[in-house]
Amino acid sequence: MTSIDRANFVNRIATIVFYIVAGCFFLLLACMTGYSLYNGFGGGNLRLLSPEGIGAQLFNTIYLVVLALLISMPIGILAGIYMAMYAKPGNFTKFIRISIETLSSLPSIVIGLFGYLVFILLTGAKWNLFAGALTVSILMLPVLTTITEDALRSLPDSYAKASYGLGATKFQTIRNVLLPACIPQIITGIILAAGRAFGEAAALLYTAGMATDINWASTNLASPTNPWNPFRPGETLALQIWASRTEALHADASAMADLSAAVLMVLICTFTIVARYLSRRWQNRMMGR
Amino acid sequence: MKKSTMVQDNAFRYVVSVGALLMIGITFAIGAFLLWRGSATFTQYGHSVMEFLFSTAWAPADDTVGGGKVGAGIFIIGSLISCGLALLISTPFSIGAALFMTEISPRLGKTLLQPTVEIFVGIPSVVYGWLGLTILVPWIKEVFNLQFGFSVLAAAIVLAVMIFPTITSIAADAIQSVPKSFRQAGYGLGATRWQVIYQIVLPSAKSGIMTGIVLGLARAFGEALAVAMVIGKTKALPDSLLAPTTNLTSAIASDMGGAMEGSEYNMALWTMALLLFIISALCIVTIHALGKKESIHD
Amino acid sequence: MSIFNIQDLHLFYGQTEALKGINMDIEKNEITAFIGPSGCGKSTLLKTLNRMNDLEENVRITGNVIFDGKNAYTEMNLIALRYRVGMVFQQPNPFPKSVYDNIAYGPRLQGITSSSELDEIVETSLKQAAIWDEVKDRLKKSALGLSGGQQQRLCIARTLATKPDVILMDEPTSALDPISTYKIEELTMELKENYTIVIVTHNLQQASRIADKTAFFFLGDLIEYNDTEELFTRPAVQKTEEYITGRFG
Repeated sequence: MTSIDRANFVNRIATIVFYIVAGCFFLLLACMTGYSLYNGFGGGNLRLLSPEGIGAQLFNTIYLVVLALLISMPIGILAGIYMAMYAKPGNFTKFIRISIETLSSLPSIVIGLFGYLVFILLTGAKWNLFAGALTVSILMLPVLTTITEDALRSLPDSYAKASYGLGATKFQTIRNVLLPACIPQIITGIILAAGRAFGEAAALLYTAGMATDINWASTNLASPTNPWNPFRPGETLALQIWASRTEALHADASAMADLSAAVLMVLICTFTIVARYLSRRWQNRMMGR
Repeated sequence: MKKSTMVQDNAFRYVVSVGALLMIGITFAIGAFLLWRGSATFTQYGHSVMEFLFSTAWAPADDTVGGGKVGAGIFIIGSLISCGLALLISTPFSIGAALFMTEISPRLGKTLLQPTVEIFVGIPSVVYGWLGLTILVPWIKEVFNLQFGFSVLAAAIVLAVMIFPTITSIAADAIQSVPKSFRQAGYGLGATRWQVIYQIVLPSAKSGIMTGIVLGLARAFGEALAVAMVIGKTKALPDSLLAPTTNLTSAIASDMGGAMEGSEYNMALWTMALLLFIISALCIVTIHALGKKESIHD
Repeated sequence: MSIFNIQDLHLFYGQTEALKGINMDIEKNEITAFIGPSGCGKSTLLKTLNRMNDLEENVRITGNVIFDGKNAYTEMNLIALRYRVGMVFQQPNPFPKSVYDNIAYGPRLQGITSSSELDEIVETSLKQAAIWDEVKDRLKKSALGLSGGQQQRLCIARTLATKPDVILMDEPTSALDPISTYKIEELTMELKENYTIVIVTHNLQQASRIADKTAFFFLGDLIEYNDTEELFTRPAVQKTEEYITGRFG
């Protein structure tokens, strides 16, 4: 074998290996999704998708994520605007950037403990959904900030210049031109962040609590069993999976965990695909195609 | 010219600055609270840092009198072994997947592998844990003929799958940003694709790939529930990769609720959380150092 | 009647002096062209006229720019100045909004909200910019779908919609094909009836075709400023002659 032959041979082997690696991951995902869907939705488990089954957990999960978004979106987006439009190069900005990076790399269990300390122990409250939402919003903040900053920075300079040239102030330029232009990226980011929050469990262990008791007929918002009362304990889907492992009290615990896992899987796949689809569509429409 | 326009403009500047200050405020609050709580093991209960880090004698008292042993060695070693093994498993596959997406078949990479990676990122960690518990653990028990399948190996495999998307996407970005001219130069000299990848692309993207690995490590170190579900939570050093053990995050996740508030036990768990905070801050510092080194080379 | 009086204007980027004491008047309802090799300060001077250089860091200015009898830097509000002195940029830069919203952007900033009034402004501005016929059926579609030449005329219309007195043009045709360039030149000549136009161009033919007055800059100095015909046929300074005959630049 000449050296050229050998090089070509190695090259071919390497290519095959790469295809196998890529194929493995695709297969792995397909198997994991397939398995959890089959296990979760098969065998009559669907009957558990009711208020007596995991209905309350599903409701809690969505309610908590919406609350967390309401809290984190304004702060995260404002901070992102600051970083992209107002921050002057220098030590202060570097300092903020390191804060954001540290925050985003903190383990969610650590943030959960912080939430437990501040929102539960120091306030003397019991485990409640609102504390959970506050804690999860800390997890989402750096994501939202970074997304907003990147989106604003990716816009061409010319948008801002044209707007200033027409006599707009910075605020008018941001509100009327720059933010509308990067709404698609920001919304995509929000969807992905929300998806992450749907599956969050470690941050909620000691904040939102692992119990739920909902009286769907309750009309008294202050009642601890009213579904809309944010100051009641609220176990989420992800917590329910964790709990069924450690304290399997319910007869259907394992089946419920299977179903919860499948529901989460469906939610995540949908969110990811919708986010991809929307961002591409908006991009096209904006470019006039 | 309306005056209110200028007032509005200034007001907005303050509002966004408040948003940015909150980011600093929250990060510092977390650090400060963890430091306050986590240092109680050393200040209030008089243990030494060396004991906490290196002793494996773990018997903290569940009361405010103290006097127990707070050697967290088992937990720290459990975390180190499972994460180290996870990196060993995940890194080659991740870099392979990143190279596939960028060098081998960008078309398939974009349409198939990229969405796959995005979904992998999104899958909640408890779901990973649950799948590990219901598929992987029984499988390991079967194959290796063990009494239980809970093991370091199970934890490492679950973690490896979890950090794969992190490393892959960052490595892919790094590889993508290697200038085209480098590759053309290689091909122009008669190199095969593999030679270009191995001799030109990978070395040029080295620091970006390292960043991905460090971030993957940070994610693995901080992962709690997925690991706790498969590692066995046995407070003993593992004698093999197939033996169960425990780690820092599992201990916090399962014991914090049971320990008495303010007790030595409770505070020792807070010290573990502080340790996790310090480790993730160190990872960020490392990444910055990696970035700096690269800019000196340029 | 002059609309701008520039008096001993110096501009520094950090330590570098980009404008070295410019004195000139710009006449109302005329087209004034700034020419000169790259880096001569022509674009920089243009930007000082509506203070676009305020956006850049490390810029220091001495001397005066008097606009319509008032000092543009000390006696006028920045925003008010930009309402009256509009700008068209080198690259067409429509917002990623509909054609209509692009044109209505400026009037809306000035507080016009009535839709009938906006409709009228949009239509007149687009007609003035000679692009109405091409876009009247797609006012609600994104402006980014237009061709480069159409985008640039849209940007001119967008500037007209704010009812300025002066339009600054920074090499407005350098990114366009010859036909689009021709259209913009024609448009510019029509606009000078109602507006004062200052145009920076690297295209000497363009300056000689459309400008009433031409100013030649070199290394931050105003070398020669005269009626266009005079400057191109009988340059008074040797440097000018070398430049317009193509010996450097």
